[in-house]
Amino acid sequence: MNQEFKPPRGKISQIKGKCISLIGNDIDTDRIIPARFLKCINFDSLGESVFEDDRELLRGKHPFDKEESKDASILIVNSNFGCGSSREHAPQALMRWGIKAIIGESFAEIFYSNCIAIGIPCFTLPKNSIKDIQKYNDNKNLFLEIDIENSFAKSKDLNFKLEIKESSRKMFLSGEWDATSTLLENEKLIENKFNDLPYLKFNSNYL
Amino acid sequence: MQVSQNTLFDKVWDLHKVSSLPGGSDQLFIGLHLIHEVTSPQAFGALKDKNLKVKFPNRTVATVDHIVPTDNQSRPFKDNLAEQMIETLERNCIEQKIKFFNIGSGNQGIVHVVAPELGLTQPGMTIACGDSHTSTHGAFGAIAFGIGTSQVRDVLASQTIAMNKLKVRQIWCEEKLSNGVYAKDLVLHIINRLGVKAGVGFAYEFAGPAISALSMEERMTICNMSIEGGARCGYVNPDETTFRYIKERLCAPKNKNWDKAVKWWQSLKSDENSIYDDVIKLDASKVEPTVTWGITPGQSIGINQQIPHLEDLPLNDQFIAEEAYEYMGFKPGQSIKDTPIDVCFIGSCTNGRMSDLRVAANVLRHQKVSKKVKAFVVPGSEKVANEAKQEGIDKIFKDAGFQWREPGCSMCLAMNSDKLIGNQVSASSSNRNFKGRQGSPKGRTLLMSPAMVAAAAINGKVSDVREFINK
Ligand code: SF4
Repeated sequence: MNQEFKPPRGKISQIKGKCISLIGNDIDTDRIIPARFLKCINFDSLGESVFEDDRELLRGKHPFDKEESKDASILIVNSNFGCGSSREHAPQALMRWGIKAIIGESFAEIFYSNCIAIGIPCFTLPKNSIKDIQKYNDNKNLFLEIDIENSFAKSKDLNFKLEIKESSRKMFLSGEWDATSTLLENEKLIENKFNDLPYLKFNSNYL
Repeated sequence: MQVSQNTLFDKVWDLHKVSSLPGGSDQLFIGLHLIHEVTSPQAFGALKDKNLKVKFPNRTVATVDHIVPTDNQSRPFKDNLAEQMIETLERNCIEQKIKFFNIGSGNQGIVHVVAPELGLTQPGMTIACGDSHTSTHGAFGAIAFGIGTSQVRDVLASQTIAMNKLKVRQIWCEEKLSNGVYAKDLVLHIINRLGVKAGVGFAYEFAGPAISALSMEERMTICNMSIEGGARCGYVNPDETTFRYIKERLCAPKNKNWDKAVKWWQSLKSDENSIYDDVIKLDASKVEPTVTWGITPGQSIGINQQIPHLEDLPLNDQFIAEEAYEYMGFKPGQSIKDTPIDVCFIGSCTNGRMSDLRVAANVLRHQKVSKKVKAFVVPGSEKVANEAKQEGIDKIFKDAGFQWREPGCSMCLAMNSDKLIGNQVSASSSNRNFKGRQGSPKGRTLLMSPAMVAAAAINGKVSDVREFINK
């Protein structure tokens, strides 16, 4: 797990990192982060608890516990990843563990949009390609360079085209995925609004 | 000259629109932001991560409601996590200079009860809160909706959110509610008629003589449950009833500002010939005391009706109806009246206000709660609790055998220790009857008006409150 967590900001056009593969279809958000972690005050400590129950069962043999994947940042998954409850805690937990991008056969819809909203690009590939990557990664650690502009990934031995929704691709390149920054670009307009709204004038003496 | 044909929704939206975003949504300024302990901490965390500060701290107001215990509120709370959550809110509010109405301030309570009481909620505002029942504030002619954690972060950072404009459906209610029938019955009836998904993409404008005749608190009950009908936002055009309610409240405009405010508020209501995306008409005088029998707020019937047979329901509703029979243990064709009740709960942001307590107390006066029933009342706010005590209403409840609790959300969602046990059946004045909502995975909830809950408490079974008040 990465020591100091820095969330992504602004434009995202390239992601480099070591891969970690997690095999299985329909891995739901309850498995990614069990429900008891919802009664929490921040997402900070979620990184440690990602896949908590699965990891507990596997006693150190879970991919997220293996020594060689400790600093991985690109997650390779199978189909319908992130199904179940809509909790934003799930992608937050992955991100705080160190995941910066996910490549999979398919993603659950809400999980996908939660990922986009916090700056984790999700790419898709056909079943067989995913299998190949997962197999390769088992043998030697795969280090990928993802180019979002061209939806392309390359490594020492492998090169492949990635699929990503066009609207998402654009949002990462322009930085618009990061709603807060996009909204703050109009700071002047926001301040004008604040000064113009009638009720903020006649209420000014209280709050 | 062109006559304006705008709804209040259009007017308020356009006034608050900051820009059109490249992605196609609008950037909307939020006039009032309400926060509580459950959905704000992660948003404050995100702000810190981004090294940002709250942009307009005096446009956000905080209180604590979801996790507070209602039996013993002394600190630290027994539940460690609950204690941690309130401490975090306290800390965030101090750090970011946000006004916080804490326990003991005299103004703590359920966020949607507190803001109107303080006069914070006013016509023409955009109001957001990380809670789906923010629609409540629409009763004042505000555009108010619930938002998610990322949007709470956006409002804190920029006082704006990105959102697509909603369509507007007018729900015109003719005539008047009859005696013993309340706002809760009307809104349950509306949701039953339109369905729980009909409101998706819409704001609901509640209008017509039956709505104009309602008090502010009753209007809040109606707007509160817009979200149960799928509408993120519901509103009523402001009128004299609205202004009278706001006047003299702590945060209401004062003196000269008051006159200015009223003049502006009057200009906001939907224009005479407003164009709506849809209009629905109904006759409020036909509504009966209404009770839910299923696991969605749309599955309700009049007190004298029978639980519907599968074949009497639209095809789309049959699947969930089957699930409901099974979960609730009801048979099609069975009466809802006389269903035995284990727990009676009066409270929540739907029906935890002064008028709700008064109505229930009127039913309970000189009566006793059935021995088989556990009954408790949780006032919506400290203000409600104090006022009730002044009027002696707490005493009526206690004499009848109700437990009198401290303000909070309590068994509306059971994040504190007030929970159903096993498959207990509750008669509840709250807003959601989803499986497991009231704290037990098998618990069963029947939604109804506070008066009907009181009647159920006395008889130990679902009863027609009109038999009590028409005596
Ligand atoms: S009373 Fe119930 S619905 Fe209202 S804010 Fe609290 S938990 Fe939500």
